[in-house]
Amino acid sequence: MLGSGDHVRPPYQEYKNWLDGEDVKRLHRKSADAEAFFRKTGITFNVYGQDEADERLIPFDVVPRVLSAREWRKLSKGIEQRVRAINAFLYDIYHRQEILRAGRVPVELIANNEAFLPQMIGVHPPGGIYTHIIGTDIVRTGDEEFYVLEDNARTPSGVSYMLENRETMLQMFPELFAKIKVQEVSHYPGQLRRSLAACAPPQCTGKPVVAVLTPGIHNSAYFEHSFLADQMGVELVEGHDLKIVDGRVAMRTTEGYTAIDVLYRRIDDDYLDPLNFNPQSMLGVPGIFDVYRAGGITIANAPGTGICDDKALYSYMPDIVEFYTGEKPLLENVPTWRCSEKDELAYVLEHLDELVVKEVHGSGGYGMLVGPAASKKEVAAFRAKLIDNASNYIAQPTLALSTVPIFTKKGLSPRHVDLRPFVLVSPNGISITPGGLTRVAMTEGSLVVNSSQGGGTKDTWVLEE
Amino acid sequence: MLGKTAASLFWMSRYLERVENSARFIEAGFRIALTRSVSASAEWSSVLKSSGVIAAYRKKHNDYESSKVIDFLLRDRDNSSSVLALMKKARDSARTARTALTREVWEATNESWITLNAALAKPVKEQDLPDTLGLIRQQSALVRGATLGTMLRNDGFNFLRLGSFLERADSTARILDVKYYLLLPSVALIGSSVDNVQWETILRSVSAHRSYRWLNGPDISALGVADYLILHKQMPRSLTFCYSKISDNLNYIDQNYGRESRSGTLANEICNDLLSRPIEAIFEYGLHQYISDFIKANNGLAAQIESDFNFQDRIG
Repeated sequence: MLGSGDHVRPPYQEYKNWLDGEDVKRLHRKSADAEAFFRKTGITFNVYGQDEADERLIPFDVVPRVLSAREWRKLSKGIEQRVRAINAFLYDIYHRQEILRAGRVPVELIANNEAFLPQMIGVHPPGGIYTHIIGTDIVRTGDEEFYVLEDNARTPSGVSYMLENRETMLQMFPELFAKIKVQEVSHYPGQLRRSLAACAPPQCTGKPVVAVLTPGIHNSAYFEHSFLADQMGVELVEGHDLKIVDGRVAMRTTEGYTAIDVLYRRIDDDYLDPLNFNPQSMLGVPGIFDVYRAGGITIANAPGTGICDDKALYSYMPDIVEFYTGEKPLLENVPTWRCSEKDELAYVLEHLDELVVKEVHGSGGYGMLVGPAASKKEVAAFRAKLIDNASNYIAQPTLALSTVPIFTKKGLSPRHVDLRPFVLVSPNGISITPGGLTRVAMTEGSLVVNSSQGGGTKDTWVLEE
Repeated sequence: MLGKTAASLFWMSRYLERVENSARFIEAGFRIALTRSVSASAEWSSVLKSSGVIAAYRKKHNDYESSKVIDFLLRDRDNSSSVLALMKKARDSARTARTALTREVWEATNESWITLNAALAKPVKEQDLPDTLGLIRQQSALVRGATLGTMLRNDGFNFLRLGSFLERADSTARILDVKYYLLLPSVALIGSSVDNVQWETILRSVSAHRSYRWLNGPDISALGVADYLILHKQMPRSLTFCYSKISDNLNYIDQNYGRESRSGTLANEICNDLLSRPIEAIFEYGLHQYISDFIKANNGLAAQIESDFNFQDRIG
């Protein structure tokens, strides 16, 4: 909220004026109300390995994170460019592989990558879209400095929190929204449905039937799956509701089987189809991939997009953006050392206590080392793992992440945040909902924002022009 | 609508109905335990029988001490049909069918689960039991109110109603199944005060003791009680009332889907056969046999609904 020195950054000025006139007790009460509201609505997530009765709330902070219209324009332009490049890249590596021929990305990085699906080679996804839904994680390090921390091209989650956070704020502080003009986010579910429908497969006749595929009520993100299906007005299906009928993927209804045209799946590639991928999977639909290849269904996101979430590939993103768009990347990449390369590994080993080291396939903030926050013992243990399997890791400097205030028992206090804007891609274009999900490291000084590790969220405001 | 969603709605309301019936059973049993301690054991054992959990109970306990029975019925982890377990199943079903429920119905169900979890976190003391049972019934009423007040009257609503009334019919029939001998004309006890109390308990376990009096005055008779629970058209827990609702809801679904389902036909058959006999004929046929026939027919209908509306994937 504060810029250099102690002045309030301009986008926050109006909020600050309002806040100064507020009674702290009222804010505490509102904070408690918000928690009760989330609990009542069932906006919870299950933590794996915990007692199943233990559904947790993601901590919600009542202080919004505010971006100016100008800041947002800059960000969204950069994200759009990156998303265009990602789709072009995916098309390329599953077809002619020009980028490998040009030597801009090493062949081994693709060939030896588990997230690369050879089954997708030569497949044309309907509408030419691979990543219908993308979440691009952004961090800010200064007034004009934004970095992309990672790309989530597989199945980005969190959009339901973006929407519910805004709903909650509107209920708690209606007067704020009368004073300050904030860009809307509530059109997202409608846009998502339109965007998915626009990618209907060749065999679709009539109005596209869309469905959301979930692993079921015990999945940690089940709330989001049901929320999105509900908000889009489409069916929420599980693997056992589906089977192949007359060459189409069909869902079992009370009146018989109905073909699905577009399936927004929230299960990983590996579980999608036991006949084509992991034969142990109970979550998927046997044969769905064959239907997909024959143009009988659109799977969103397309299988094989997870390669873009790979943290080793991440370090090549600036080259990828340039290769496909012919432009300089508008958003910076965090400098990244690839531990697979000897010189870079040597540097990383020497500077372990300053760096953040991540697994290339990791997610959820697991399996990483935050050097400056780790004990000597932890660093030593990690060093052994790293030497043992170097190509499984990348390292990045700890950025001086910007902070945003949260409301604590003792008043406002700064915390590190990141931002995940949500991007929809269809043949009709790319649309980015203003704002996104701001995740907060709730512990002072911490850099880990993942909800699985106690991170919280807050509403994100993009001001009107 | 997905077959799975229909199944979840159907089961959600069955579980909720069962929660409410459990509270009613406990209330009736507790009253006997308080007022007539000699018959307490027998009463608790019939409560456990009517709830279908007597076998599980006997595995754990050798006697029918009130506090043990109450704890078993309300919250024991070894009882998969405890109020707490049923509420969790109801809420899981509601989560599965979340997209077919209004926000109000979902929130009422979710809040009931949260509330009852808190209320039943520890064993309930005897002096708190009436309040706790009241709370359970109140939660059921909240969900039902939200359902009636906010749900679209489509097939989803019909499946919810089918679940409620099938479960309710089953519950009323089970009470009669366990207590039928009290309603048989036995020489020694006719008209004695023991009978009166027992009959009143039967009425209490379906919350019908007041309405029975309202309609029939102070005199309770075995025939009258059986007639009231089986054939009365207006008593909301009678078999006949439940089946008129079941028939209606199956009819709505059939109209909606533009076809005639076997379950619709089956429900009409039950109405026209079992529920069209005068009470005297039922006694002549044998009350116990009659109730057994009914329970079987009711289960048969539930299975037919499950199959007609693709609740599960049939192999092949």
